[in-house]
Amino acid sequence: MGQILDYIKSYLSSSQTPGAAGNMFWVLVYILLVFAGLSVAVIAMNWLERKILAHMQVRLGPMRVGPHGLMQPIADAIKLLLKEDIMPAEADGLIFWVAPFVVVLAAFTTFVVVPFGPTHAITDMNIGILFMLGVSSLSVLGIVMAGWASNSHYPLIGALRSSAQMVSYEVAMGLAVVSAILMTSLNAEGTGTLSMIGIVQAQLAQGEWFIFKFFPLGLIAFFIFAVAMVAETNRAPFDLAEAESELTAGFHTEYSGFRWSLFFLAEYSAMIAVSSIAVTLWLGGWLRPFPNFLNNSTWDLVFSLFPGVTFLLFAAMCFYNALRMPKHPLFRVQTIGLAGFGVVLGLIGLVLFIPAVSVRIQDIFWFSAKVAGFMYLYIWYRGTFPRYRFDQLMRMGWKVLLPMGLGVLILTASVALLQQKLWHQ
Amino acid sequence: MAPVATPFFFYLLSGIMLIGGILVITRKNPVHSALALIVTLLAQASIYLMLYAPFVAGVQIILYAGGIMVLFLFVIMLVSIDRSMRERQFNSQWIPGIIAATALGGLFMAVFTKGNDIFPEHALPMVENDNTQQIAMKLYGQYMFAFEIASLLLLVAIIGAVVMAKKRI
Amino acid sequence: MESMLHITTLHYLVLGAALFLLGVIGVLTRRNVVIVLMSIELILNAVNLNLVAFSRMWGGLHGQVFAIFVITDAAAEAAVGLGILIAFFRNKETVNIDEVNLLKW
Repeated sequence: MGQILDYIKSYLSSSQTPGAAGNMFWVLVYILLVFAGLSVAVIAMNWLERKILAHMQVRLGPMRVGPHGLMQPIADAIKLLLKEDIMPAEADGLIFWVAPFVVVLAAFTTFVVVPFGPTHAITDMNIGILFMLGVSSLSVLGIVMAGWASNSHYPLIGALRSSAQMVSYEVAMGLAVVSAILMTSLNAEGTGTLSMIGIVQAQLAQGEWFIFKFFPLGLIAFFIFAVAMVAETNRAPFDLAEAESELTAGFHTEYSGFRWSLFFLAEYSAMIAVSSIAVTLWLGGWLRPFPNFLNNSTWDLVFSLFPGVTFLLFAAMCFYNALRMPKHPLFRVQTIGLAGFGVVLGLIGLVLFIPAVSVRIQDIFWFSAKVAGFMYLYIWYRGTFPRYRFDQLMRMGWKVLLPMGLGVLILTASVALLQQKLWHQ
Repeated sequence: MAPVATPFFFYLLSGIMLIGGILVITRKNPVHSALALIVTLLAQASIYLMLYAPFVAGVQIILYAGGIMVLFLFVIMLVSIDRSMRERQFNSQWIPGIIAATALGGLFMAVFTKGNDIFPEHALPMVENDNTQQIAMKLYGQYMFAFEIASLLLLVAIIGAVVMAKKRI
Repeated sequence: MESMLHITTLHYLVLGAALFLLGVIGVLTRRNVVIVLMSIELILNAVNLNLVAFSRMWGGLHGQVFAIFVITDAAAEAAVGLGILIAFFRNKETVNIDEVNLLKW
């Protein structure tokens, strides 16, 4: 028993990720934490997307289930789990059954290397970014399997579109990623890294987020990635694989109930995964703004207040809206519920002010805040852009993004080489 | 850290690979074959990890499982497979084929049993930490010429594929 | 039993040989062009496995570099092979390799 406790404690003094330290207990804990956090994020995204889209279109969005529709995702989840699970008679049973799990597995496995902080990752791999790109590209297999196994026309067309689209945009995405990785090698030794944690540490060492590096080269690479990642996750305006006006629902037309919700879960997890790639590569990962410039103890204190203040703001929003609730007795339960939710958020915010907590939570907060920004962008795109036509999509991928990516890569390499030459003189 | 190359994982992964390989060559439906091949390739990527080759494993996942196999699935869906699934699956020369393969297997067995002492018992130590950097050094130093030729090969392949598959150029 | 539990280079080579044989049987006996192409991928993978195993044995990285070259080759081969397959299917409406007999007389 004591041995086990020692084993568990031995990690606490280490300054590595649990995977790199080889401590299986903490690996398991981290996996569970990431899984739980991801599920909460997907539930929150479900509600936020409906609300934000509705407000963009001057609607109210879900309002009935819970105050301001806050319980809507839970109601949806219960509805989906209770629905009948239909399998088409002519479907290929095994593949139809396996496909959603492949998609979910591919989306979740990428989070093994996502660095939420210098030690807050499940593990750190030497091939981190390569692993992430590779595993996230496996989700296209699940989509193709789902589309083919349904043995129906719309899903098959959706799957064909999706596979062509994802294979095309992966190329541009890879080129953009390579130009960011190239920037990690701009140090005294001249060796770069593919490890996700190493990439963020390189940005810290160079005192610059890679989006601003060699302006505007980093920005262009980031732009290419930002476009390609929307296409890669089959989201609007590149959601041809599930274009509801043309293909009813694309590759998951024949799915219902629990399996359909797996596709939903996978789509949102994949969005978070590619956003975390973008955040790690270009936006400094877990680094707070100006980590080198404003690094005295006063600024440390100021920035450590941010997580708590954010939650207090959320709490204040809840209270404000609770006050605005109609005073009719029918709304009393909803008002109390909203105020109670505000109290919970406020308490979390207060806990985050404790220095011991805020030091540990800070990296995770900044990382999540940046990813949340991307999530908002996704919803914003969906609310504003019209859908591309398939030939336009292909033209954009192969004739615009790919040459741009190649050009940026060549220019970045030349500028980096020039800098290295000047350095050694 | 504990040794990675544990026998359990080796036998598990090689079992998956062999079953996958057998499924590839016996299934009637090409889509099932392709999926079995993907399983084989992923298991092989894990075996690369056991052999301290993380970069090759990553390339295997991205290029093979994510690229080439998607291309295969794409083409299988483009061509109609209904007719070929109703036909005979093995060609008329399968007996000579099996005999030739068995002969080749016998040759392998002979080499491996005779050459047992050619292969050293213990693998030499290898660093995993900077595998990618070391491969890059080799690839862009010693093998630069081969690398350029490979890029030329890919260019030729692109042009060839377009010429073959396009109706009118 | 002792030799079974101690994984040496030879184990990897035997695995590679088995995969290679499966690939050869597939190429020689199947009629469907797609599956023949996939069997060729199996063969290339068996070669890759051997290369990486030898690279582990000698402690150098040359084998791994060659494995990457082989993967490049496989990509080129798959692209051209599938291109030919599509052209063939367009002309003959079949993917049966026995009907590729224009050059045979």
